[in-house]
Amino acid sequence: MVRFENVGMRYGTGPEVLRDITLRLDAGSFHFLTGPSGAGKTSLLRLIALAERPSRGLASLFGEDLSRITRADLAPLRREVGIVFQDFRLIPHLSAFDNVALPLRVAGVTEAKLRDNVREMLEWVGLADKLDAKPPTLSGGQQQRVAIARAVVARPKLLVADEPTGNVDDAMALRLMRLFEELNKLGTTLIVATHNAALARQFNRPVLHLEDGELQAAVAARAAS
Amino acid sequence: MSAPGLAIPFGRDGSSRFLPALTLLMVFLAGLALAAVMDLERALASWDQRLTGTLTVELPAATGADDKSLDAALAVLHAEPGVTSATPIDRAATAKLVEPWLGAVLSPADLELPRLVDVRVDASAHVDLAALRAQLANASPGAMLDDHQLWLDSLARFARSAEITAIAILALIGGIAVMSVSFATRTGLAVHRDVIELLHLMGARDSYVARQFERQALRLALIGGVMGLALAAAALLALSQATSAAAFLGDSVTLLPPLHLRGWNWAILALLPIIAGLVAMATARLTVLATLRRLP
Repeated sequence: MVRFENVGMRYGTGPEVLRDITLRLDAGSFHFLTGPSGAGKTSLLRLIALAERPSRGLASLFGEDLSRITRADLAPLRREVGIVFQDFRLIPHLSAFDNVALPLRVAGVTEAKLRDNVREMLEWVGLADKLDAKPPTLSGGQQQRVAIARAVVARPKLLVADEPTGNVDDAMALRLMRLFEELNKLGTTLIVATHNAALARQFNRPVLHLEDGELQAAVAARAAS
Repeated sequence: MSAPGLAIPFGRDGSSRFLPALTLLMVFLAGLALAAVMDLERALASWDQRLTGTLTVELPAATGADDKSLDAALAVLHAEPGVTSATPIDRAATAKLVEPWLGAVLSPADLELPRLVDVRVDASAHVDLAALRAQLANASPGAMLDDHQLWLDSLARFARSAEITAIAILALIGGIAVMSVSFATRTGLAVHRDVIELLHLMGARDSYVARQFERQALRLALIGGVMGLALAAAALLALSQATSAAAFLGDSVTLLPPLHLRGWNWAILALLPIIAGLVAMATARLTVLATLRRLP
């Protein structure tokens, strides 16, 4: 599903923030991405979520070579990727319903068709009674659940979550992780960045560890050679 | 659920206030300029219509302009097939014509005024003015035939210059409007960068984002445009009232010609807010598409 080989990335003409990234996320897998602040976790997730383009190496998503894909072809590919941010990135003037409905509206789904889908998603995250609530009136945990509902409402093949538990308490963090597990059981491929190693350990999933823009496996291999 | 609103929170940036105010001013100025163009067209046509088919024969005071000379000129005029009437203007009426410049102190007897003959010709008769001019000079030495062409040409030149100026002002207003909307749109793109990135990550095409800006630009330009049109209409009506009042009071020499806009003139003016809205919409779309094309 996701295949990177010796991928490097830089912002503009700046230094490389990711170096020699080689990884593979198979369909239906669930990976954690760990590493200290500034290690490049967000940059790697932005690459996977098609927010950035690699500056070198081979990167493919759903079998498409990202170095060859045109800008116009990115839009349908992006619809196959859901994304959850640490700071939720909800649109404050829209209700919870409208925030969740946004990916479907962007994809051109009619109002009649999206209504039940959106309600079902908000019900799934336990916010059936908050359809009309605006994000500023919701707690951090509630906002993140709306963000998760929004990320998965279009049934993406891949879900990318960048520190989704960073702004919620431990109990809510566990609840959110359970939601991710449910999604994974339904067939969604997940990669979740977290600096909370203890939380990652609880779920016994493969961990990709980033240090200074390089995956730990790559660092270890270089040290051994 | 209520109808879906725009995803981009435009209410949070300054363009929501800037664009209607700008469009108000633009439509107001465009309304005045357009009204000036249309009224000049009307005035020019009216002057042309009024002067077509009229001639003036002037018998100089120096040669006596006596009844004999006048009778000879009238005889020539009456003999001409295309002439429908030839009416001498009496000395008192002629003196009245120069009164605005010389005042009413002098009596017609004190002034050596030429005798004037108001001549009406059948516009379809194609009177040979050169031949008529020669016959008049022969019958009444010093007689001059004025077909008003010189005055009409000067007036037409003035009116055309004023029209070109007004059209240039309209083009300038349009150009400024396009640049301002483009600037406001770029500002909006910068202010809402995060939401636009979010929409892109959800799979939105550039055209989806552009539509959001288009709808906002159209709405704001229509609001400002309608207000600007109302203001322009009020100003034009006030101007029309003022010039009509001056004419009613007998003030025959006014700085401004009377303003008379017809029904279809008002209909064209009423299109200005719609045109402003469409220009704003198209500008916003092109600006957004051109800017987003540079993103990854």
